[in-house]
Amino acid sequence: MSDIEIRRTVIEILGNIAPESNPALIDEKADVRAALDIDSMDFLNFMSTLHARLAVNIPEADYPKLSTIAGAVAYLGTKLRA
Amino acid sequence: MPWPTIHKATAVPGPGPNMLDYTAARASFTWATAERMLDGLPHGGLNIAYEAIDRHVVHGRGGALAIRWLGGTGARDATYADLAGLTNRFANVLTNHGIGKGESVFALLGRVPALYIAALGTLKKGCVFSPLFSAFGPEPVQARMTLGAARVLVTTEALYRKKVASWRGQLKSLQFVFLVDAEISMLPPGTASLDEAMQRVTEEFTVASTASDDLALLHFTSGTTGRPKGAMHVHGAVVSHAYTGWAALDIHPTDRVWCTADPGWVTGMSYGIISPLVNGATLIVDEAEFDAERWYSTLQDQRVTVWYTAPTAVRMMMKLGAAMVRKYDLHHLRFLASVGEPLNPEAVIWSQDAFGRPFHDNWWQTETGGIMIANYAAVDIKPGSMGLPLPGIEAAIVIRSEHGGVTEITSPMTPGELALRPDWPSMFRGYLHEEERYRKCFVGGWYLTGDIAMRDDDGYFWFVGRGDDVIKSSGHLIGPFEVESALMEHPAVAEAGVIGTPDPIAGEVVKAFVALKPGFTASEPLRKELLGHARKRLGPAIAPKEIAFRTDLPRTRSGKIMRRLLKARELGLPEGDLSTLESDER
Repeated sequence: MSDIEIRRTVIEILGNIAPESNPALIDEKADVRAALDIDSMDFLNFMSTLHARLAVNIPEADYPKLSTIAGAVAYLGTKLRA
Repeated sequence: MPWPTIHKATAVPGPGPNMLDYTAARASFTWATAERMLDGLPHGGLNIAYEAIDRHVVHGRGGALAIRWLGGTGARDATYADLAGLTNRFANVLTNHGIGKGESVFALLGRVPALYIAALGTLKKGCVFSPLFSAFGPEPVQARMTLGAARVLVTTEALYRKKVASWRGQLKSLQFVFLVDAEISMLPPGTASLDEAMQRVTEEFTVASTASDDLALLHFTSGTTGRPKGAMHVHGAVVSHAYTGWAALDIHPTDRVWCTADPGWVTGMSYGIISPLVNGATLIVDEAEFDAERWYSTLQDQRVTVWYTAPTAVRMMMKLGAAMVRKYDLHHLRFLASVGEPLNPEAVIWSQDAFGRPFHDNWWQTETGGIMIANYAAVDIKPGSMGLPLPGIEAAIVIRSEHGGVTEITSPMTPGELALRPDWPSMFRGYLHEEERYRKCFVGGWYLTGDIAMRDDDGYFWFVGRGDDVIKSSGHLIGPFEVESALMEHPAVAEAGVIGTPDPIAGEVVKAFVALKPGFTASEPLRKELLGHARKRLGPAIAPKEIAFRTDLPRTRSGKIMRRLLKARELGLPEGDLSTLESDER
């Protein structure tokens, strides 16, 4: 899966959690929780949906690495290509 | 009991527990004695902020660290003397703008210094302070500020533009909006810079001569029906803040206390601001939201000794495992407490293993203003129990009888409504503009809490559930009516029923059932649109996490949606008495 496809998936999942916003337009390096008004329960939902959709195991200790769109794409890309 | 009792035989390093003998303390306790922990105003009267700040300066502790804020850009410290000056300035700003005693000052802020300064400065001035959670959307903010007839709002430019500007014109009482971060040249119309206003006044202020029954705080909470309820608290509550912090959280003046609750909720105000300061301790404040590694670093680097947090956070830490905790040097940590919803016994046992100290669960609510039932430093813990009533607090399990009275249930482990004997200093003095709703809380000489609980043979209390439809998510009460009303504002929605569904982390999460108007069809895009609509109006703290479509919702003969039935079906539980069911769900 290319980074572009990963990014599309990440943005789609975020868009399902916070449909009032447009995740494609936020700063890639911004914390999605602040930028999209996502609370900690929404964030856990984001992690579990990524896991389900991409079949990537994301240990909870790694969650902070996925708190930005850029961080999530980089992390998932490394995992998927490993 | 499947879970072993945690005995407190071995001494914990550090100062000994404040309350060494619970039974003796309870037997000899009077609120008049507790009041002696305080000074009172120099010329008579009682003021929360004076007890929290100024009296420590008078006693020569002005140089002690009062608050350390951990923000994105580093730490900011304020000694008690600094805090005295800053809060005096804020009180002077209110005076300069003609704000009088008893008028209400609202804050819509994260955990930034201005929030603490505004809260305590407002109390010094004798005005009523009402903090709002910054994750509320525009509708909850408007509803609460309107109900509380806000005269002043302290907020940030971003929050103002997003959550207030659109409806501000409708609230005639709101005269002044102070922004804590805006450039003076860029201020939105009708706002002022708090920094600039604070610079224009002096640090000298004489604390208003408030009496113990003068209003001090307005905290909003949620009921099953109708608007949010504004629970009114008085300056006399500081006696409870002082004593409960001392007895239930074991706060010593040498402590570094970290209460992770946001002051937008009552815990963050009573124990994240007032109680630790009144007890002369140092308050640690973190502006950031939950992140386990950051939290453990904060506990370690700030040498936190007393930590008060919520079950949702404890369960998240538990998922990450004890190994992560052990990477940090947490030997300073002496007392751990938790509140907001029952802490499951597994989490208590886990904390004993991971931190070497157990979490002490306690129970109270917005209306009680302070901790009522608790596990204590020197008392054995039965994991899963909320503990024993504080000295000065009489608690019982009751059932409401048909004739409008209540009967006490004395047989052990029998569920009934948790009741408290009025009154105690921090008991709420009313729901704003809702005398009838307030009166209904008191029956047969008891205050009825709305929570279902049990008491065991040893007098320990055990939480069972809410007695009504109010949803408890991440330790916060959410009124289903407020969520349903926001959904109903969408043109596609005919009716909505909102319930809490069990969640292993948050306790409960909000789920909405929606029936559509003719001409609308259930679809994924519409579901997302409704979710977005609710999030935009209510904010993430209140908006549903899940929305399901129904053709019709179950209703009573009087037309009320039967949330109880929706919930029973969602959980696969017995449906109970259906005699009032008029039209069923489809």
